Amino acid sequence: MAKSRRSTLSAYLFLAPAIVLLLVFAFWPVGFGSYIAFTHYNVIEPPQWVGLDNFRELFADELFLSALRNSALYLLVVPAIQVLAILLAVLVNNNLPGIRFFRAAYYLPVVTTVSVIGVIWNFMYTDAGALNATLRWLHLINEPIGFLSDDRIALFAVMFVTIWRGLGWYMVLYLAGLQSISAEVYEAAILDGANAWQRFWRITVPLLLPTILLCSIMSMLAATKAFEEVQIMTQGGPFQSTFTALYYAYEFGIKTLNFGRALAASLVVSSLCMALAWLNFRYLQPK
Amino acid sequence: MSLAPSKRRPTLAGSRVLRRARRAARHLPHYLALTALAILTVYPFWWTLVTALSTSGDVYSFPPRLWPTEPGLQNFVEVFQTIKLVLFYKNSILISAASVVGTLLICSLAAYPLATMQFPGRKLVFGAIVATLILPAEINFLVNFITIAKLQLADTLAGVVLPGLAGAVGIFLMKQAFEAVPRDLIDAARIDGANEWQIFWRVMLPLTKPALGALAILTLVSAWNQYIWPAVVLTSPDKFPLSVGVSYLAGTFGSKTSVVAAGAVLTVLPILIVFLFTQRFFLRGFEGAVK
Repeated sequence: MAKSRRSTLSAYLFLAPAIVLLLVFAFWPVGFGSYIAFTHYNVIEPPQWVGLDNFRELFADELFLSALRNSALYLLVVPAIQVLAILLAVLVNNNLPGIRFFRAAYYLPVVTTVSVIGVIWNFMYTDAGALNATLRWLHLINEPIGFLSDDRIALFAVMFVTIWRGLGWYMVLYLAGLQSISAEVYEAAILDGANAWQRFWRITVPLLLPTILLCSIMSMLAATKAFEEVQIMTQGGPFQSTFTALYYAYEFGIKTLNFGRALAASLVVSSLCMALAWLNFRYLQPK
Repeated sequence: MSLAPSKRRPTLAGSRVLRRARRAARHLPHYLALTALAILTVYPFWWTLVTALSTSGDVYSFPPRLWPTEPGLQNFVEVFQTIKLVLFYKNSILISAASVVGTLLICSLAAYPLATMQFPGRKLVFGAIVATLILPAEINFLVNFITIAKLQLADTLAGVVLPGLAGAVGIFLMKQAFEAVPRDLIDAARIDGANEWQIFWRVMLPLTKPALGALAILTLVSAWNQYIWPAVVLTSPDKFPLSVGVSYLAGTFGSKTSVVAAGAVLTVLPILIVFLFTQRFFLRGFEGAVK
């Protein structure tokens, strides 16, 4: 008995640092944050309970509503990422000479810090930048496109960077999924006379469904929470056209110290994320 | 066999070179697709490198250039002269090293009892750790900012590093690695009189080096690349890591594109070298982490 109590103690000694850190930096934020969402709180004075006031203000704020619309529009990156990442994974899933170079090339944006990605794409997108120069050189346009300065285009330009940045990561997940499909299935299909197209739609896609589910949930959550690209490239502009819901939370929390409003906004984002994840499991899980 | 020598005669059609060329030709559409997509991901990096190496005044050219004009390292020199780049490197290295050492230690410590011991509350603790993966992390960011300020850790390296150390993915990865170690080995060590700490430190850790290596690389890359959190926690420029320093550079030198490009190249270079040398291991480590 004494021995087992001692081993329980030693188990918890091993666990202690992780438990303390998780309590402080993972559980406390969710609990305290959910409470703060119903208060007025500016860090300096103690929080004051105000009930649903923050949420009422939030949904009366035109900026937050357009931020929500932008976040919804942002979900368009999800199908784009799946199609492109599956394409990349299928292309690099073989042992052709030089394939490792291509895998590394596609993975490169994933290991790049977002501030550098912002710097690079600000260059690419300027009026005289590489993208406009290429389009003019191909005679597709006469006037430069204001990728980040035109409020009808900026959000899509930022979304493109999100896709570009995430592709390599999802490619690796799909590659892992592809490599778990046994070669025998394909060999049998070839014997039955199935062509490459049929093999892709009848074997690869169905057997990849669990990976597709995982990747769509992950990219959907990432799209709902889109924030870093906005912070580094446009700061919500021009004319607040690239405000996303989480950028709104950042703006009101870190910048104006209106933590009640900021955490109410993040609570809305979190609820949307959980609803999306639930919908995915409910309707897309392979039976 | 020798009855049909003409078939074995080394004709041009049967030569290795041609066979190889034919094989490549068969895969030509494949390579074309691979290259087109590689241009999409690599060109922005290439353009930045070319700009950083160009010392002529004009940055933008038409058509977009593929090679540096008047190549030279002047822009890199200017980066070193205008910002405290060496200091930023030092800060980045410190933050990354502390994150890697701390993560490996804390995650493997936590994983050890979860993998090898039976104790009351084990399932609950493990469930709680897994639950942090599902908890809405976007709230963490704002409240952690308040917590770090209250703990007097604002504008310190500890404030940057601490919140990320006990990652559920790391604990999970190490738990799986420990579970793969044969039980007999642990029992033998216990019979020999080793205590739990000795078993952990002398037996388990050395046996799980591949998993530790994968976790180290994962942590290194994410610590080196994190941007928003250090930008929020740190206020004095002397403590900025490279990732924050380069956007600072872009803020002050917005118009001097080639200098900003050089700063971007210098920021990416170290992690790029790490990535290229550990690529194989790396992609496999990620696959292991998500399965």
